[in-house]
Amino acid sequence: MKRKSSTTTLAALLAAGALTLTACGGGSGFDDESADADAGAGAGAGNAELTVLIGSSGDSETDAVTTAVSDWSTESGTAASVNVASDLVQQLSQGFAGGNPPDVFYLGSETFAGYAANGSLLPYAAELSNADDFFPTLSETFTFDGTFTCAPKDFSTLALIINTDAWATAGLTDADIPTTWDQLRSTATALTTDTQVGLTFGPEYQRIGAFFEQAGGSMTSEDGTEAAVNSAENVEALTYVKSLLTEGVLKYPADIDSGWGGEAFGTGKAAMTIEGNWIDGAMKTDYPDVSYTVVELPAGPAGKGTLQFTNCWGIAADGANTGAATALVEHLTAPETQLAFADAFGVMPSVQSAAADWTAKYPEKAAFLDSAEFAVGVVNAQGATDVIADFNAQLEALASSDPQAILDSVQTNLEAVLGASS
Amino acid sequence: MATTTAPVRRRRPRRSGIQGREAVAGWLFVAPVLVILGLFLVLPVAMAAWVSVSDWTGRGSPFSSDVGFVGAQNYRTLMVDGGLATQDFGTAMRNNAWYVLLVVPTQTAISLFLAVMVNRRILRGRGFFRTAFYFPSVTSSVAIVVLWLFLFSASGAVNKLLSFIGIAGPNWFNDPRGIVHVTLGAIGVDAPAAGLLAEHGFLGITWWQWLAGPSFAMSAFILMAVFTTSGTFMLLFIAALQNISGEVEEAAMMDGTTAWQRFRLVTLPMLRPTLFTVLTLGLIGAWQVFDQIYTGTQGGPSKTTLTPAFLSYQASFNNGRWGQGAAIAFVLFALIVVLTVAQRFILRESDTVPRRKRFVRTPPVPTLTDEKSST
Repeated sequence: MKRKSSTTTLAALLAAGALTLTACGGGSGFDDESADADAGAGAGAGNAELTVLIGSSGDSETDAVTTAVSDWSTESGTAASVNVASDLVQQLSQGFAGGNPPDVFYLGSETFAGYAANGSLLPYAAELSNADDFFPTLSETFTFDGTFTCAPKDFSTLALIINTDAWATAGLTDADIPTTWDQLRSTATALTTDTQVGLTFGPEYQRIGAFFEQAGGSMTSEDGTEAAVNSAENVEALTYVKSLLTEGVLKYPADIDSGWGGEAFGTGKAAMTIEGNWIDGAMKTDYPDVSYTVVELPAGPAGKGTLQFTNCWGIAADGANTGAATALVEHLTAPETQLAFADAFGVMPSVQSAAADWTAKYPEKAAFLDSAEFAVGVVNAQGATDVIADFNAQLEALASSDPQAILDSVQTNLEAVLGASS
Repeated sequence: MATTTAPVRRRRPRRSGIQGREAVAGWLFVAPVLVILGLFLVLPVAMAAWVSVSDWTGRGSPFSSDVGFVGAQNYRTLMVDGGLATQDFGTAMRNNAWYVLLVVPTQTAISLFLAVMVNRRILRGRGFFRTAFYFPSVTSSVAIVVLWLFLFSASGAVNKLLSFIGIAGPNWFNDPRGIVHVTLGAIGVDAPAAGLLAEHGFLGITWWQWLAGPSFAMSAFILMAVFTTSGTFMLLFIAALQNISGEVEEAAMMDGTTAWQRFRLVTLPMLRPTLFTVLTLGLIGAWQVFDQIYTGTQGGPSKTTLTPAFLSYQASFNNGRWGQGAAIAFVLFALIVVLTVAQRFILRESDTVPRRKRFVRTPPVPTLTDEKSST
């Protein structure tokens, strides 16, 4: 009997313990949800707090966005909080998969098509009052199935960055600034010394693609439905880049102990690099003593060409308060806000009405915005991320590979992706 | 008879009653674990299994009505179609196979060697050495990756050391060449010379590419894995070594064995269960390598440090191909199970047969049995 009673007591205790444990686990979860629901219900659906998820380049960007969002909150009376993602792509995926996405978020052009296709995005952009003000190439980037879906946040273009001290040391003057491929080769050769390479940029399509445009080639046909990677123009461009590599006047950043072109340039291991306007912030904070100048990329056989990169303000279709979210984005893409962002972290406004102000304010960076005229967006078809990643992996070994073979394999892969999505 | 059976009968229900209550109590005891395992293990695994055969795009619940069943489509894309997904998966399998092939035997051998060394009673400062060897295991793998990136950079400490002995070290984490290819290249064998190997393949990449060996970047990770895990497994071996009583060794000494014979014929067979544990844990860990890749190279240079675990993450989270990501995870799971079973089978076989043979063939035994049978 004694044994029996002690077993029963133990069992009872255990059961109670187990129940408490599970109750606690479940309970806290429910609490969270009901708290959210209460807040939503109490304040009315039209006033639910907005969450904004951004991938920040640093404190200055975080502060600028937070200020802009809180200004809007005070004005509109809708609360909004800004969260900085440590890994934006992953956190967005998690949000959507978990059914709890942020209301407003940064969205890269390469992931845009995937989210637009599965209906995660609210196609609001065409209804914005300033919808026509965006640069047309940017609107095109964020158009899915004929619908202008999300508003371009800002954009960047590639330009040639030149270290002015190295330039003078090599005996070069303003008249020598390269405007053709041949001149780029000769200046890079003149700038190459034992401790410094003439030119550097990352082994990726996001840099080398600019040469394709200069040669008259492209990754896809005009309407983006067919792959055109292994065209004669692209082969010519890639062969030119390869020749710079084999001559030793171009080196990839990794080969000169650097993480990216800006680092190699800032530390003086390279005299020229091809980067976007984000290099400005890095130079200011990390290498304030290096003096440099920004010029347009030299023209190729078919004229000028460069690549542009952009993000948009995505709004989740499942958000509780999409009306307020749209109003917030309208505020964030207004020319004044964009110029404030430009001040804070060096981006270029995505609206044409702010372009003149920007150029007047930053004449030294004018080459970036001037390049917008002939800039082309990067491939952003659904599923193309893998293809580009594979292309980049092959470009790392460009010096010892056959350009035609690389482009042929990318052509096959891109055809498969474009065929599947159309 | 009746008197003896009656108490038994009476006792029986009582016993089963107690046992019945014990069963209830038993279930209550395991209930918390069952609930926790069910919620956090079985359910997610079942969900992942469903995702791997569905066309879920990563929006909302995978069980919602607009998610369709696609059968083995994801698995086919991964293993049969021969497109980019198959090539990536093949590359990842190739990389990881080399990683496992080099890491598991090396770390087992080194940890066993270290354990035997620090287990010797004559060694002074055993405690110090044990701590020193175990230290890399307690350090966060992220911290060690950062350290490794510095050590193996183009102008890092490792290349400096190599330069002292006249070797120009490679740019480790940026060199995509496979070390087998480099070695073969040095004796004049390259892709065109490989002929048939370069024309046929498996999982979207050619046999010649399968033979590439780990790239220099992967080799650095292999060294790192050996460096960090040997300490942990050394601990397992030390525990096993301390379980072997001194008498056994003394007896072997009395039989006039050399130190090497004692290790090979006495210690090693007695360590076999631990050896199995170490090999299995090593195998599983090596096939699931992820954090080094995530924090270190993200699969580069030229995809030579891509592993199935990282590819699964990349496919799901970065590229929104959740079905494919889950499928990779299940293929990896199946592979690990198959390899573990195979390893268990191999270790068992070699464990039982020779020992018995040895026992039977010792001279005194037949004479004893002969005498017995004759009498």
